[in-house]
Amino acid sequence: MKKTWIIIAVFLLLAVLHQDVWNWDNPALVWGFIPIGLFYHACYSLVAAGFWALVVKFAWPTKLEEWAEGNDEL
Amino acid sequence: MATIIVIVIYLALLLGLALFSKTLFRGTSKDYFVASHSIGPFMLLMSVFGTTMTAFALVGSTGKAFENGIGTYGLMASSSGLIHAACFFMIGIKLWAIGKRHGYVTQIQYFRARFESTKFGYLLFPILVLLVIPYLLIGIIGAAKTIYGVTVAKVTPKIDIPGTFPDLFENGAVPPWLTGLVICGVVLTYIFAGGSRAAAWANTFQTIVFMVMGILAFYLISTKLGGVGAAIEKASDAHKVRTVSGEVGFSQLTFLTYMFIPLSVGMFPHLFQHWLTAKSAKSFKLTVIAHPICIMIVWVPCVLIGVWATGVPALNGAIPTPSGAVLAKMVAVLVHDPIIVGLVTTGILAAIMSSLDSQFLCLGTMFTNDVVLHNSKKEYTDKQILFMARAFIVAIVTITYILSLLLYKKNVFDLAIWSFSGFAALTPLVIASLYWKRATKVGAYACVIAVFISWVTFFTMSGFGGEYFLPGGIVPAAAMWFIGALAMIIGSLASPPPKAETLAKYF
Repeated sequence: MKKTWIIIAVFLLLAVLHQDVWNWDNPALVWGFIPIGLFYHACYSLVAAGFWALVVKFAWPTKLEEWAEGNDEL
Repeated sequence: MATIIVIVIYLALLLGLALFSKTLFRGTSKDYFVASHSIGPFMLLMSVFGTTMTAFALVGSTGKAFENGIGTYGLMASSSGLIHAACFFMIGIKLWAIGKRHGYVTQIQYFRARFESTKFGYLLFPILVLLVIPYLLIGIIGAAKTIYGVTVAKVTPKIDIPGTFPDLFENGAVPPWLTGLVICGVVLTYIFAGGSRAAAWANTFQTIVFMVMGILAFYLISTKLGGVGAAIEKASDAHKVRTVSGEVGFSQLTFLTYMFIPLSVGMFPHLFQHWLTAKSAKSFKLTVIAHPICIMIVWVPCVLIGVWATGVPALNGAIPTPSGAVLAKMVAVLVHDPIIVGLVTTGILAAIMSSLDSQFLCLGTMFTNDVVLHNSKKEYTDKQILFMARAFIVAIVTITYILSLLLYKKNVFDLAIWSFSGFAALTPLVIASLYWKRATKVGAYACVIAVFISWVTFFTMSGFGGEYFLPGGIVPAAAMWFIGALAMIIGSLASPPPKAETLAKYF
């Protein structure tokens, strides 16, 4: 149960971080070619992948898998 | 002409792959409809990613970035990285367990059982078909615009490239009706030949092709523009930020409420089918993790190309550039090698066809399982079932093809958003069915009817598929989602709870 709340909290934090208002009108270029607003969101995609990798590793629903296979204890 | 030859060779290769997969086809309807039992994690990732991306990714994202700037990426791509994976994890795995335990194949089978109502399927089926049609439309329109962009004459003060077929067609360009006909014909041929297995193989092949070709297009275009630094320097400043400036940019409320749209994957019929029928839940691990990265690999180059296009004078020449043709025209104008142009164009077509095939098949599966065979007292042979599925697919494709000619000028991105918005607004239905014991048949009916009425209302107000916002820049999907959720809650609480034996099957 504790894991579920941690996942929900991180998910909500990522949802808030998606609204990067501080980059809205920033025209700076990262490495001279990628606008910072786009660079931030590209990095965000990588962070999202990392987050889901951790969820899959530490919170995989093994009990649900067992239930699907016929074990009645969910 | 070499460009067209490359495209024809690619289409022939695709058909060859389908014919090969046909040798593995067992001829049964089960084998035709459900190959997911034998699909491994990599093919599942390619299939799910390829189907989800469609013309929306390569053609739509480039065109939208050309119109609105870099915010296009955050609007759909990065939010999808978070929310698609959440749907795969929270909805997909639970549905897999239910499908495994109770043997469901389609989402309507599941909802009928969960909400104890046969008639519910007859309400949901036409609505799902209605929402899939814009999804199919963007594929056909996207392909037509791409081939048009590649073959049309490019006339500007600096460039004068004749069209590919000056003696045959206006401006030398392949007309939309012909491209649509060929694309539908090829996809229908390979799914009819090998069913879902052919679609899965073709999806994997095509997803790899469009990812590689997208990167190739990015490299070639940036080189021709003098490097990535020079390319962005020439681009319009308004497109490098998200501030609203005339037609460019996005309001913060639009950006926030767009996060509802990626929820659509929770109700896409073809994904539902993958979830219900996968061999193992573990097959989804790779999809959950790698999906955000795959989106990034495709979308970042496309958005940059769209922004760069604002600084390319050739795209503002005598013949205007429709947003859907930006990528194809950038390649055709800047990269003069017709073989390379052909290769990149095949990448775009691959993205489009990898989505069409799964959608076509899924519609056939739903029609036979949920309409024809459901409660049928008549025994049908496998041959009859396959015939009915194929006839239904042909009917839907014909309707979509005619609509694609009528709605050709519509923006691919905006049209896709209408399809996604409808599916997103229906997610309270699946979330409640999985996580709320108190969700009832009445709530389910109320949710679907409320979403349908609000979708038709907003769609009509948009001028049938145009860009449309509610006051403050709120996207209709967000409002529809709350309407659907509210209807589900009120309808459920106002009716008796589901039977104990029903709940025991799912909780």
